[in-house]
Amino acid sequence: MSAIIILICVSLTVAIIFLIAFIWSVSTGQYKDKYTPSVRMLFEDNEIPEDLKNDNGDRKKIKKL
Amino acid sequence: MTQDKMPKVKEKNIAEKCYHCGEDCKNSGITSEEKNFCCEGCKAVYEILKGNDLCSYYTNNTKDKNSGTKLSDVKFENKFEYLKDNDIQNKLLDFRNKKISKVTFIIPSIHCSSCIWLLEKLYKLNPAIKSSIVDFPKKSVTIVFDHSAVSLKDVVVLISSIGYEPHISLEKNDDQIKKDEFKNKDLTLKIGIAGFCLGNIMLLSFPEYLSAGAEIDPQLKTIFNYLNILLSLPVFFYSASDYFISAWKAVKKNYINIDFPISLGLIALFVRSLYEIILFNNAGYIDSLAGLIFLLLLGKLFQSKTYQTLNFERDYKSYFPVSVTVLKNGNEISIPVAKLETGERILIRNGEIIPADSILFSGTANIDYSFVTGESMPEQKVLGEIIYAGGRHFGSAIELEVIKTVSQSYLTQLWNNDAFKKTQISNLQNLTDKVSIYFTVIILAIAFGSGLFWLREDVNKAIDAFTTVLIIACPCAFALTTPFAFGYTLRIFGRNKFYLKKGSVIEDLSNINTVVFDKTGTITDSGNISVKFFGSKLSHTELCLVKTLVRNSSHPLSRKIFESISAEDCSDDLEVTDFDESISDGISGIVSGIPVKVGNIKYLLKDLDCSYYERSHEFIKNPFSTNVFISINNFIKGYYSFRNIYRTGIENAVDDLSEDYDLAVITGDNNSERDNLLKIFGSSAKLLFNQKPQDKLNFIKDIQSDSAKVLMIGDGLNDAGALKQSEVGISVSENITNFLPSCDAIIDAGEISKIGKFIRFSKTTMNIIRASFVISFIYNIIGLYLAAQGTFSPLVAAVLMPFNSISIIVIIFLMTNFFAKRKGLI
Repeated sequence: MSAIIILICVSLTVAIIFLIAFIWSVSTGQYKDKYTPSVRMLFEDNEIPEDLKNDNGDRKKIKKL
Repeated sequence: MTQDKMPKVKEKNIAEKCYHCGEDCKNSGITSEEKNFCCEGCKAVYEILKGNDLCSYYTNNTKDKNSGTKLSDVKFENKFEYLKDNDIQNKLLDFRNKKISKVTFIIPSIHCSSCIWLLEKLYKLNPAIKSSIVDFPKKSVTIVFDHSAVSLKDVVVLISSIGYEPHISLEKNDDQIKKDEFKNKDLTLKIGIAGFCLGNIMLLSFPEYLSAGAEIDPQLKTIFNYLNILLSLPVFFYSASDYFISAWKAVKKNYINIDFPISLGLIALFVRSLYEIILFNNAGYIDSLAGLIFLLLLGKLFQSKTYQTLNFERDYKSYFPVSVTVLKNGNEISIPVAKLETGERILIRNGEIIPADSILFSGTANIDYSFVTGESMPEQKVLGEIIYAGGRHFGSAIELEVIKTVSQSYLTQLWNNDAFKKTQISNLQNLTDKVSIYFTVIILAIAFGSGLFWLREDVNKAIDAFTTVLIIACPCAFALTTPFAFGYTLRIFGRNKFYLKKGSVIEDLSNINTVVFDKTGTITDSGNISVKFFGSKLSHTELCLVKTLVRNSSHPLSRKIFESISAEDCSDDLEVTDFDESISDGISGIVSGIPVKVGNIKYLLKDLDCSYYERSHEFIKNPFSTNVFISINNFIKGYYSFRNIYRTGIENAVDDLSEDYDLAVITGDNNSERDNLLKIFGSSAKLLFNQKPQDKLNFIKDIQSDSAKVLMIGDGLNDAGALKQSEVGISVSENITNFLPSCDAIIDAGEISKIGKFIRFSKTTMNIIRASFVISFIYNIIGLYLAAQGTFSPLVAAVLMPFNSISIIVIIFLMTNFFAKRKGLI
């Protein structure tokens, strides 16, 4: 009996965390432009030499040829 | 990937593809180092990549490292001078603090992934630009920059010089856009929350569904019921709030809309559930409540299909320049156009738009009125002539004296008309609302009737009966028909390149009985002008003489003649002496010793004696159409006639429409095309010529008072009044992202032959809606019958109500799909 109540509380808590994540994503405008990010993620960001020079080591230094 | 690796035979094909993004170049003529590009953006990306030795993008294409083409920004320097004005800056900027400014521009030329790539690399071009983020569907870019290091003007010049000139207008309908955005965000949130609560409520209601009469642990039941109530609160008070607000607003204005019976049903469900749970610890109807609200909101989402790149609300202000250069005491000052006063001297540079009616003071004007009238042939104006606002000037800079303020000009005073002042009142008497009045009255009558009937015996039973009727009769299925039918039809039209502003246009479209066409640019193809020679056939040598002469003139008609004489007819290079150009009359010169003249008839006759006129008068039959006469050796050979070609399929469209609709053509042009129009439209159609923008509006008003429901199809700013006044205004466009006057719908120029099909399909949609209404009423009657039998329970409600709604949605999809297929729309 009490096990069910605990389980329901846990499941509701988890669900509410996702609901909050959803509300956050809507309010930060992630649903405004549903297309551009899909293109943007395909761009290489390692093509610019200056980038490589100024790199502080937090990016992989690969130059594709 | 390189050209070198391709077989030589295919070279021609490759040449037509953009070297950068692989799209079709469509004869863009944009080339760099023998490589073709589809747009300035691709070329700029290529050049930047190349200049920075970054051609890993094209694998191994880094042969010529020394190109490094400098971006040219000289021609934009003056153009954006007005952006230094503080007022204008404040209006354009989204946000500004001590360090940074944020601005959003609409850039019509964004069209491929390279555009995104380049525009988001602005910080490399100018380090003062902190970030730039492209919204591709909206064709906009949001730029954050450090205004102490770079001015707004410099930012605009920078993006213009790489081929992305923004469309700057202070009349951005900003409030409207922000409102829509907020609404969208709001709806997403409401649906999300309703969905979340619905899922959990259904989970908690499961024991009730499955118990089938068996007793559940009462303690557990209580906990589940109260959790349900808790979960229903956000659904009822937040997600469903729009329905209550809308119903309340309607009641305050003394009418009843569909949201009223819905609100009644929802409130009945909620109150009844609270009553059952709190007083009797029975299962309530919370699950049905959440399910209905969720479905209703989904319907709203489905109907709110928007075309983000299209703007249906533009007026002349979004097309007119933001500012203009005024000459005062020899200085050039940039002032906002609204502050322009009569008598002021303005300077118009190449490619700028004339903001107010004015007189040409110096220079030669070459005015393109294609946005206003749809006529693509520029008009040449000479000193002292009045130039009406709205034209775009091409050529060297001209000086003008303003004779009317911007809002009082010939074209713009159209917007002072009442048709534009009326805030668009939504059609109160649309089908759903009409039906819902009767519906509400009947439901309330039944509910009160049954309540009063039981009141004699038992108060509890009376409350039961009253609320049950309201719950059962909640017209959710009914309310879902219109959003889904409109939403689906909107999408079908969209696939056929016919874009509606909103769903209710479908209903308006189904009611029309008169179709009015504009001529130039609407039924004629403005980009396509036929040049035909009438008269005695010119020999090869004569053609050569003409071609050589017109090559020396930059007048658009000369260019057209030049293009019409092919290289096969004439490939020789002849010499011209004594070339003379008389503006807006014609040109003359001696070509290899023979005097040749090209121009209007007066110009040609100036030096001829009358006998020649007698002999050549047979050519001068049609004084109205644009004709350019040719004389060789002082003998008039004939004339070149320029006419717009009618759009392909326009005859079919008219044939199709003429069976059921009254037709009219209304044009600002002269009646030179009367015969051709008669051929297409037949004798029953009204043909009106020489109509001013205001006349067009008045004509629509006139026939409307004669009980006509008008569909106006136009394209230019001069149709704006008529488009607004008519029940449905459709703009025809070659390129939907171009400027269009405000309208209810936009149709791609290539699809105009389908217009009859679209109108008929809108009627079909309305019939589908009517049929669905009947079905949903049958559901309601069945529900009431069950309620009367006393078999109505939370379980029955949980099954019956979603079943009604979902089956209606399915029926609408199937029917719409079936009819659209039959009509060849999908």
